[in-house]
Amino acid sequence: MDLVQLQRQLVDYRTSLYHEGFLDEQFTQLQELQDENNPDFVVEVVSLYFEDSERLLNELSKALEQQIIDFKRIDAHVHQLKGSSSSIGAQRVQKLCIVFRNYCEAQNVEGCLKCLQQVKHEYSIVKTKLESMFQLERQILNAGGSVPV
Amino acid sequence: MKSKAKHYSRIKCQQWGSPVYYISFLLFKTKFHPVSGILLEMAVNGAVTWLRRAGEMDGYGLSASDTEEVHVLAVDDSQVDRKVIERLLKITSCKVTAVDSGRRALQFLGLDDEKEASNGFDGLKVDLIITDYCMPGMTGYELLKKVKESSVFREIPVVIMSSENVITRIDRCLEEGAEDFIVKPVKLSDVKRIIDCMMTDLREGGGGRRGINKRKLRDDGEDRSSSSPPSTLSSSSSSTAPCSPTTVDSPTRRLKMTSFEEHVFSNKK
Repeated sequence: MDLVQLQRQLVDYRTSLYHEGFLDEQFTQLQELQDENNPDFVVEVVSLYFEDSERLLNELSKALEQQIIDFKRIDAHVHQLKGSSSSIGAQRVQKLCIVFRNYCEAQNVEGCLKCLQQVKHEYSIVKTKLESMFQLERQILNAGGSVPV
Repeated sequence: MKSKAKHYSRIKCQQWGSPVYYISFLLFKTKFHPVSGILLEMAVNGAVTWLRRAGEMDGYGLSASDTEEVHVLAVDDSQVDRKVIERLLKITSCKVTAVDSGRRALQFLGLDDEKEASNGFDGLKVDLIITDYCMPGMTGYELLKKVKESSVFREIPVVIMSSENVITRIDRCLEEGAEDFIVKPVKLSDVKRIIDCMMTDLREGGGGRRGINKRKLRDDGEDRSSSSPPSTLSSSSSSTAPCSPTTVDSPTRRLKMTSFEEHVFSNKK
């Protein structure tokens, strides 16, 4: 695939992520903070997000396996996940976290378990999509082109 | 930006007492040498007089880290948010120190162990503290209180960030002396506004009206610990307790001064 095609593919892909609600304007905000002196800013922030999220999802799984469910603790984890999702613009994950917190407040175990599955699912989708996007960007850069904004 | 940062440093000087302290610190080791100590004292006094005169014309900053950049202490337990706020502040030409807890923030300021940094000179002078509200251990609100209770650091503006847009929370923070309240996710426009406002306040004589109102509240003899408002938040001593207040409909990123004043004087706790 030639450079122009790659660039077009990236733009289309990115646009679709916004249209489908995977990303919101906060992600655009992050991209605007990137420049020639900080060319990897977005990738770095998103990597931290992946790290945080995976840790939190593990904690949530463990917490929901306990005999006695500590809803306060679960809520605290979901709150963190919601916060970091919001900070990078991972809209779908963020919205699910809101629902999740409602189930925590209602101390609804079934609801929480269901939500956890949904959050894990949404998270893995957005992770895959972002990684694909970054890969496209790398291909463009390797082909000697610049990443369209 | 250059003269503004220095102007703010000047306010700190006055607050801390003798400007000699600042210059003395620069040559700290020499100060205690018997002979050169005396010579230094003479040189310092001369220098201070000269500086004071020069300072009248263009505010002087006598800090060891005297730079023209605003130094911001950012506090957030989330590494994602720390990275973002750091970048936002750097883009706004600030120097940033990012820490992950209120405790570390106090350590950095030299306020830990309940000891006030009165004699020690903070070579890395902080011009602004921006902190997350919801943090395990010490919340941003508690950090705000500690800073405002310190005679040395109370003049440092403190901005609170929170993902929860709750009027009672915002009120509480502003009443405790917070300069501003940002609803997360934080954007570049938020940070620019904060820095601009801070610079304007400094230009207009440091502290601002709002600051004076807050001090009034504190001085009216109320026992603040017993009169603190009933918390809508879960106990901050529990590290697992989240912040889960009731959400209010109308979003307010920043209360206008007039409505805040009304609130304060008609609704004293």
